[in-house]
Amino acid sequence: MNRAMETPEQIRDRLLARFPGAEISLVPNPAPGAQPSLCVGAAHLREAAVFLRDDDALRLDYCSNVTGIDWPKPGHLEVVYHLYSMALRHGPLVLRARTGNRADLVSLPSLTPVWRSCEFQEREVFDLYGVVFEGHPDLRRLLMWDEFKDFPMRKDYVEPPDYEWEPTAHDAVAAKAALQHPAAAAPSPAPSPEKT
Amino acid sequence: MEITPEQKDELRRHGILLTSLEELYNWGRSHSVWPLQFGLACCAIEMIATSMARFDIARFGSEVFRPSPRQADLLIVSGTVTKKMAPQVVRLWNQMPEPKYCIAMGACAISGGPFKQGYNVLKGIDRYIPVDVYIPGCPPRPEALLNGLITLQAKISGQSISGPDAPRHLGSADSCEYPVPEFGGHDLEPPKNPDVWQPPAPARAPKP
Repeated sequence: MNRAMETPEQIRDRLLARFPGAEISLVPNPAPGAQPSLCVGAAHLREAAVFLRDDDALRLDYCSNVTGIDWPKPGHLEVVYHLYSMALRHGPLVLRARTGNRADLVSLPSLTPVWRSCEFQEREVFDLYGVVFEGHPDLRRLLMWDEFKDFPMRKDYVEPPDYEWEPTAHDAVAAKAALQHPAAAAPSPAPSPEKT
Repeated sequence: MEITPEQKDELRRHGILLTSLEELYNWGRSHSVWPLQFGLACCAIEMIATSMARFDIARFGSEVFRPSPRQADLLIVSGTVTKKMAPQVVRLWNQMPEPKYCIAMGACAISGGPFKQGYNVLKGIDRYIPVDVYIPGCPPRPEALLNGLITLQAKISGQSISGPDAPRHLGSADSCEYPVPEFGGHDLEPPKNPDVWQPPAPARAPKP
């Protein structure tokens, strides 16, 4: 598939030449694939996306996937876009954007106006991670109900205590049941020696 | 005069059919259980297969899948019940007229199954509506669904139409509406209907 697309390094350099002063960095990938991704600051994300879509050498006209990541350690949320070019048959280019923190600075510009296929997936990221996409045409919860307040894919999500009946609990379920309902999950007493 | 089943069989051999109103009533009911045409997930595919020619649920009088809860006797909860869907399932159950029965088909409808650790999966539909027959499996084979239906028929045949064992619809005049859970900020409210479901006591005594 990857037919002579520019390397992410070259794309980064061209983006920096086009948008001087933009926060654009290369995120290395330690996995065997070793495909680095472009991390673009929120201020220039929309312009950079339009550039990637319309540039004659790139023509990344198709966004196949939008994912969220929760990073409690540095303390931000991340959105990952996978871009392909249908016109030039190359890709993917992995584009990342990070929010300021996980509490109040959770806005990012929506890329739905750039790639229409982002609409549902950005709604999903909003629903499960709580990233607010500015400029999204219809930012509502997708999988959870509208009254739901939490973001279930965040690492610090606390599940409701509904593990009260676990007849064959093991591993993670057993740990959860023991945490939520200690009385019901108490281990059985050691069998008493037979009295004959 | 008490007549034992053996005496009844003896009479039947001589061409005399002796029956009771209860027996006739239950015989009629148990052989025309009309399910609601309602599928939730992959178990619904097996339910559809059960209704088709190869397995032929019509042999048991249940081929008339009704598209309206007002005309159905049996709710087959066939698949994962998400918390977002659970109020609608309870509402459908409320809309069915008595006498009505519920089959929880597959691991998900019983307990949440492989998805029970998901953030949006109800850990068993029996938290909100009374289940008559549980069919384990992931998904259960059509034969298992037919066996569940036969089990339900046996249960209907065994019901008495008067006395303390009378089914819901013949008992008190209480409303047969079950409370529909509402969407809360963190979970469904209430998370379970305590009149219908209580967590069973632990099988073994806790450590003294």
